[in-house]
Amino acid sequence: MNDSIRELNLMANTIRRDIIDIAFKAQGPSHPGPALSCTDIVTALYFNIMKVDPQNPTWEDRDRFVLSKGHAAPVIYSALAEKGFFPKEWLPTIRRVNSHLQGHPDMKKTPGIDMTSGSLGNGLSAALGMAIYLRHQKKNSQVYCIIGDGELQEGLIWEAILAAPAMGIDNLTAIVDCNHLQSCGAVTDIQHIPGMAKAWEALGWNVIRINGHNMEEIVSALERARDFRGMPTCIMADTVKGKGVSFMEFDNAWHQKAPSEAQYNQAIAELEEARKCL
Amino acid sequence: MSVTYDKISTRDAFGIALAEAAREYPNLFAIGADTTKSMGFKPMMAEFPDRVINNGIAEQNMAMIGAGIAATGGRAVVATYAPFASMRISEQIRTFVCYPNLDVKVISGLGGLSGNVEGVTHQGLEDIGVMRSMANMVIAVPADAASCTAISRVILDYTGPAYLRIGRGPVEKVFDEDYTFQIGKANLLDDAGTDVAIICNGCAVARVLRAKALWEEAGIHARIIEMPCVKPIDEEAILAAVRDCGRIVTAEEHNVIGGLGSAVCEVVCKAEKPCAVTRIGIDDIYTESGPHNELLDKYNLSPEHIADVVKNAVK
Repeated sequence: MNDSIRELNLMANTIRRDIIDIAFKAQGPSHPGPALSCTDIVTALYFNIMKVDPQNPTWEDRDRFVLSKGHAAPVIYSALAEKGFFPKEWLPTIRRVNSHLQGHPDMKKTPGIDMTSGSLGNGLSAALGMAIYLRHQKKNSQVYCIIGDGELQEGLIWEAILAAPAMGIDNLTAIVDCNHLQSCGAVTDIQHIPGMAKAWEALGWNVIRINGHNMEEIVSALERARDFRGMPTCIMADTVKGKGVSFMEFDNAWHQKAPSEAQYNQAIAELEEARKCL
Repeated sequence: MSVTYDKISTRDAFGIALAEAAREYPNLFAIGADTTKSMGFKPMMAEFPDRVINNGIAEQNMAMIGAGIAATGGRAVVATYAPFASMRISEQIRTFVCYPNLDVKVISGLGGLSGNVEGVTHQGLEDIGVMRSMANMVIAVPADAASCTAISRVILDYTGPAYLRIGRGPVEKVFDEDYTFQIGKANLLDDAGTDVAIICNGCAVARVLRAKALWEEAGIHARIIEMPCVKPIDEEAILAAVRDCGRIVTAEEHNVIGGLGSAVCEVVCKAEKPCAVTRIGIDDIYTESGPHNELLDKYNLSPEHIADVVKNAVK
């Protein structure tokens, strides 16, 4: 494993600790499970792939990020805080009155948030609008959008999936966080859609399938997406909801739940142990 | 009273203003949902085809593309017919345009009964009520082509969320090229007396002006106020009408619930003295297909009906 991949894995571990910390200290239950499933992807984006400047959050030439599955807000807040967009002291204030950190991302309240999100199904269309504008302005900027696999049940997502290739957009990368679970249960139990990746492919997307927790695969896929011309890219990332904390993995109870003190201590201990092996 | 019609429709007037704005703002994009022809985009399309997008029959995607463009530093205009512009994309406008206060203008066609022969599916009967409940939104309802030109220019110069309701075919001409529009300001059209104040907008304005002779025959002298900006509304003009006239009649091409009449009542509540308000509009029912003028006549906006309401209000 090369040094930069190791650094990214260490950062992902740090961000997972932030997410657990938020889950324990936030007002009411936050969403640790869906944040942990896309932690490695968000880490790769903000600490390796994306052009951003924490000192200048509204830098015109930056790349843009839309967390369409906005309930995973703790992951983007943690990444932005670790990157230096705002003080880490803000993190436990999430969901509290007068906080800069809303329950779902708010582009006007939080430095570094490029688009308000959280109402499922809307993010990819917003990302498409961003990509259209940046292309027209001849900016060499990319737009990245993380969508949940359950979120693909939203009709509007498919309006964007149809429109982006038809418009010849290639500065847009959709990343589907396939953690296989949604609020009420398993995605395949609620709406079984065989051949999802083939559907995107058939509609004109450059589809790359990866293990969403293998940092080398994530970085390589994001680099290929950035350099791919002629059509937008969809990265189908196979992930585990709650990844990194043994009792949260595969357990949908952690979709939205606050840990007890004992659970919090165990989760932090597990992440510290995992860190030693990186 | 003879009736003169505009030479062009409000959507054509808007389209010319849009092309002017596109010249002034190189970051202005117009997005339609297979409505680029029917919503007045043609002049802009002829000059700036790279900034006019037809994203297919997908209104929500259209609204979100507009929000994405605005979030990235552009100005966006999205346009479709009133029921879709106000309801099908209602949540997109609320959560992704008004909440982050982004520079997206929603142009709403077939407003009021101008969806005419298409029937209820394409008529805008509730749009103002829906839009009015969203914070940060500016709402404008022009009465004719000349006022639509002036209003479109102001709305397209404004930076922030706005809802502009336009029509389909040419309508009765009310104003000349010297018409002026200010966000949040009413226009005093007639101050013949203080027996009652009539507050109106859209196609109701021409009909109120035609009704004037009928109520004057009964010895009633009224103040006529055009309220092209429903939000923010000109509270001063309404409170002055309460003070001076003590009776208000509102007239609009909209359900009597939620539109201009409701907005006026909300201000009248703040007045120091009581004031009766009678709202003319569509009486909380669904309308039907038909020529625009015949629908206006049937659904409470004939000059005769307006005059009768005014006479009853003063009794």
